[in-house]
Amino acid sequence: MGGWDDIYRENILDHYKHPRHQGTLANPDITYEDANPLCGDHLRMDLRVKDGKVEEVRFSGHGCSISQAAASMLCERVAGRPIEEIKQLTRDDVLEMLGIELGPVRLKCALLALKTLKAGVWGITQWPGEDESA
Amino acid sequence: MRAPAAPAARPGFDPYRVRADFPILRATGPRPLIYLDSAATSQKPDSVIEAMRDYYASYNANIHRGIYRIAEQATAAYEDARLRLSRFIGAASPREVIFTRNSTEAINLIAHAWGRTNLKPGDALLLTEMEHHSNLVPWQLLAAERGLELRFIPVTPGGELALDALPGLLGDGRVRLASVVHISNVLGTVNPIAAIAAQVHAAGALLAVDASQSVPHCPVDVRALGCDFLAFTGHKMLGPTGIGALWGRGVLLEAMPPFMGGGEMIREVHLTHSEWNDLPWKFEAGTMPIAEAIGLRAAVVYLEGLGMDAVFDHDRELAAYALERLAEVPDLKLLGPPAARRGGVVAFTLGDIHPHDVATVLDSDGIAVRAGHHCAMPLHEKLGVRATARASFHCYSVREDVDALVAGLHKARKVFA
Repeated sequence: MGGWDDIYRENILDHYKHPRHQGTLANPDITYEDANPLCGDHLRMDLRVKDGKVEEVRFSGHGCSISQAAASMLCERVAGRPIEEIKQLTRDDVLEMLGIELGPVRLKCALLALKTLKAGVWGITQWPGEDESA
Repeated sequence: MRAPAAPAARPGFDPYRVRADFPILRATGPRPLIYLDSAATSQKPDSVIEAMRDYYASYNANIHRGIYRIAEQATAAYEDARLRLSRFIGAASPREVIFTRNSTEAINLIAHAWGRTNLKPGDALLLTEMEHHSNLVPWQLLAAERGLELRFIPVTPGGELALDALPGLLGDGRVRLASVVHISNVLGTVNPIAAIAAQVHAAGALLAVDASQSVPHCPVDVRALGCDFLAFTGHKMLGPTGIGALWGRGVLLEAMPPFMGGGEMIREVHLTHSEWNDLPWKFEAGTMPIAEAIGLRAAVVYLEGLGMDAVFDHDRELAAYALERLAEVPDLKLLGPPAARRGGVVAFTLGDIHPHDVATVLDSDGIAVRAGHHCAMPLHEKLGVRATARASFHCYSVREDVDALVAGLHKARKVFA
């Protein structure tokens, strides 16, 4: 088990204290909300899509540093990218962005943003829902 | 079968000597455990672990059936557990103590066996806003099924029950049962059960008590409390998981139909109907957690050796010390009543830092606290906080644990500054 400085690496604290793409969009093409009932984390993702690509993305909600930093990093990652690419993102991509290992409880915090984003993205194509472990 | 040994007589209560009986606290390593989550589950002394091992190793057999030596030994140990537990809570008879899996199952037993028989549409149940989900959800299910109204004693901003609301809540005579927590698992508030019982009874209703946080921590006498049912769990009182109990007044239990059907709870079984066994076995269907009951017996013996007055005094002294030390931490907001009216539980928030983050920083120093809503979402909503961090104590907790917590909280503030 590492110390807090392992979990709260500089990039996580940086995204937590200075979140990117935070806020909401007026008239988003995609909007989806989800919550993690165990810890009370709540997240909303708004996307504007143009020519099959993410033109703008915003996240809002509340939660611990891991869930908020993961949302911020994920928004940075998907901004300007094709929707098809977002559909292929996995939990490993998120963990790689965070750069830490997490136990089963905190893993749920880390993956809330991806779960919310993918549910929204798959939703508009009427695609069958994905496994929630993404 | 070895009789569980009581701890050696101690001149006064000494938590440092108590700690020596708990293997998890004796363990040495680079990062000793600072355990502040006893409201979630308590640690276990050697005598409990050994009692369960001894059963499995030397007299493992099913109870109430075999007529061979070890089966009788096992039956005697299981029933002795019930006897000791009944004395521990001041029950009139061991027949009034039913083993369950935990408090949750005990409350569900009341809801199913008593509730389904005695409640009709339009009746009301009285709960409080500070209940654990285990004392809310079973009643919500029953209310939906039977068309019952749920009423709630409000919680004040200071984290206590607004008892001046009781006459109004009980006034129309429609409340048939109140179910109230004795000590809040979030706020530590000690509720005045005897006073509530008097008003509830005067209104013609029964009183059930969720004693999950009281039986493990303070002297409980069901007859002094004046309640009709009492639910508690073994794993919070130094015993194993998987065993808890429901105490009920004999006359009520006698009149109730069984909760679950199966072996042991019957007197006679025919293909299309059966006759029920006597109390308490009427409510104990199937093979029960025998090793766990035997472990719980050892836990009761251990706690009696310490003395529940001494355990409660220790809890409250530590809570008072924690309230005083935590007040030194900038941006820290304490929830719940003053030390004089609380048990060994202290919940707080630390500025804008999410309790999960607080708990993670503390964990890096080996400090175990709980973070979240502690299975009491409505209470957190009422108090206007999404989640809290919680430190809770038992007989093995010491002031140094609180000092480590305070140091860890200063560190968390630095990390998230």
